[in-house]
Amino acid sequence: MTTMTEQHPQRVVQAGGETLVEVENLYKKFSISGDFLDQLKFRGGKIVREREFVHAINGVNLNVQRGEALCVVGESGCGKSTVARTVMGLLSPSSGAIRYRGERIDNLSDRQLMPYRRKMQMIFQNPYASLNPRMTIEETLQEPVRLHNPQWSATEVRDKVHEVMFSVGIDPSWGERYSHEFSGGQRQRISIARALAVDPEFIVADEPISALDVSIQAQVLNLMMDAQEQRNLTYLFITHDLSVVEHFGTRVAVMYLGTLCELAPTGTLFAQPRHPYTQALLSAIPRLEDDRPGHIKLKGEVPTPVNLPSGCVFHGRCPYANERCQREIPQLIATDGGGMVACHAVDEGRI
Amino acid sequence: MALLEVKDLEVRFGLRSGEVKALRDINFTLNRGERLGVVGESGAGKSVLGFSILNLLSKPGYIAGGEISFEGRNLADLSAEELRSVRGNRIAMIFQDPMMTLNPVLTIGEQMVECLLAHRKISKRDAREIALQKLKQVYIPSPETRLDQYPHELSGGMRQRVVIAIGLLMDPDIIIADEPTTALDVTIQAEIMELMLELCERNNVALILITHDLGVVSQVTQKTIVMYAGRIIEQGPTKEIINDAQHPYTQGLMNALPQMALPGQRLNQIRGAMPPLQRIPTGCAFHPRCNYVMETCKHNLPGFTRSGGCQVACHLVAEMKREEAAQKKAEEV
Repeated sequence: MTTMTEQHPQRVVQAGGETLVEVENLYKKFSISGDFLDQLKFRGGKIVREREFVHAINGVNLNVQRGEALCVVGESGCGKSTVARTVMGLLSPSSGAIRYRGERIDNLSDRQLMPYRRKMQMIFQNPYASLNPRMTIEETLQEPVRLHNPQWSATEVRDKVHEVMFSVGIDPSWGERYSHEFSGGQRQRISIARALAVDPEFIVADEPISALDVSIQAQVLNLMMDAQEQRNLTYLFITHDLSVVEHFGTRVAVMYLGTLCELAPTGTLFAQPRHPYTQALLSAIPRLEDDRPGHIKLKGEVPTPVNLPSGCVFHGRCPYANERCQREIPQLIATDGGGMVACHAVDEGRI
Repeated sequence: MALLEVKDLEVRFGLRSGEVKALRDINFTLNRGERLGVVGESGAGKSVLGFSILNLLSKPGYIAGGEISFEGRNLADLSAEELRSVRGNRIAMIFQDPMMTLNPVLTIGEQMVECLLAHRKISKRDAREIALQKLKQVYIPSPETRLDQYPHELSGGMRQRVVIAIGLLMDPDIIIADEPTTALDVTIQAEIMELMLELCERNNVALILITHDLGVVSQVTQKTIVMYAGRIIEQGPTKEIINDAQHPYTQGLMNALPQMALPGQRLNQIRGAMPPLQRIPTGCAFHPRCNYVMETCKHNLPGFTRSGGCQVACHLVAEMKREEAAQKKAEEV
């Protein structure tokens, strides 16, 4: 494992394993059967109520350590954004708990949640949709500051906003302008400023750079890393882009169909992916070097989260699946690289 | 003779605020079976380039000058009628979003048969048979059932396979693929790219791959064009461009990739952003963002300099080449 620490010398979790956010046995399902009357069906001479659910998250356990950048990766529909939204309290879990510094926050009322909202902020994927087009940039940035500091005077609010604008490299002259006057990268910068304006400790970023061009992606990523260093922030970073994860993340959680397949320090995961799905995912990244070995082909496509496969959710596409995989849901087991993996084949020593 | 030759192509958009040049001085050739990548950031004009080859530009865009000669015929001069015999038939196009490309109220089979009947005088039954063959070629499982399904019944990856199958229906000479995998997940993207590569090689089809992803370009194409603000700034063999880019913008683009920096360290960003077409700077369009900017860059549009197998539009590269040549001459004397 020493080679891996040499490869990734820069990003080590600063604080010694203090848990900031805890996701405990989280489940989230969404009904897709409409309202009560739509659910009534006539079956065999009887009226019955039938409901169908999308099982977006199925028993996810995660700990976010203070000072780290935990990345959640997976393909579309794997539940990574649902995890982000549930952690933020934008969605309430079907079962399970979210804890912030040990306090349970998923069952709080909006009013009770206020002090936590101040500590937890979110950056969204699409900066074209997440900024109010009718507000100037100054108003956009002032709103959260006012909301969380009702006792502050107008001058104090303005000073705070200018300080944040300065720290993320926004020219104060932007303040009077509206969001449509800015490019995607500039808008994302404004979104980041809005999140930082209330001095949070924890930021959930849901695909913050996916809508941006390569050269702009680098600018925004740099900004987020600088902010982390200056403010000692903790990130939960949701993305599908593995090359960004390799660069930005301290630990990586790989999700497939609402379950966690593998969780490991970034260096370990990229050097030695254990779960067959992680291996396939990593091998699919288009790299600049053209002499890499061919990628691992998976059979079929991601099944629908309405009717989950039995046993391991990945068994239908897994080249190593056996009879046990079809029957028994694998639990996370610790691996020697400091990670965890949920796979029977790894457990049995087949891979 | 090259299969497709684009000469001094210029595309303009007549906007209310005035005319803007979306493309300027576009020159390139494409040979039979060759794979060409067109890269650049959004707004660079790469999609406009793809659209203008088939004259699919909609108002207010129009081709203001230059030639697009396909097998010796200038596509820019053809009438709508004549163009239809080329479009979809000899040159096919694959778009980014398969959900937008497919007609949601027609089955896959109906769409494919419709397309075949528009170009060929064959019976419906024969057309269906060809459609089936093409679906098999793109490895769609149980193609017979798929023919009678609607687009919404297929997953994103399957839909893009169908779109590729439709593109291949007429056995075209060129496929223009505009960001064909951007809407797809990485594992599906890798599959689709591999499929396109295989089909192009097997059928000797030329490919113009428009993408922002340098990784994809490096794996699929033989030649690459890098665009910035409506102009080609560098073109040449893909290997050379990936391994030894000359233009500061191409270098910057490459260096900005997360894999080019040590994990956890700052990425090498290019400052600023691409200018909008209404406000393209004088001289080299890249000069306000360039780290090596010289006085001449601000006023004079750089011409193309040969460097290895590449053509580079950069004053700095030109100067370096001049110095090299002078030194060589001095040594000879």
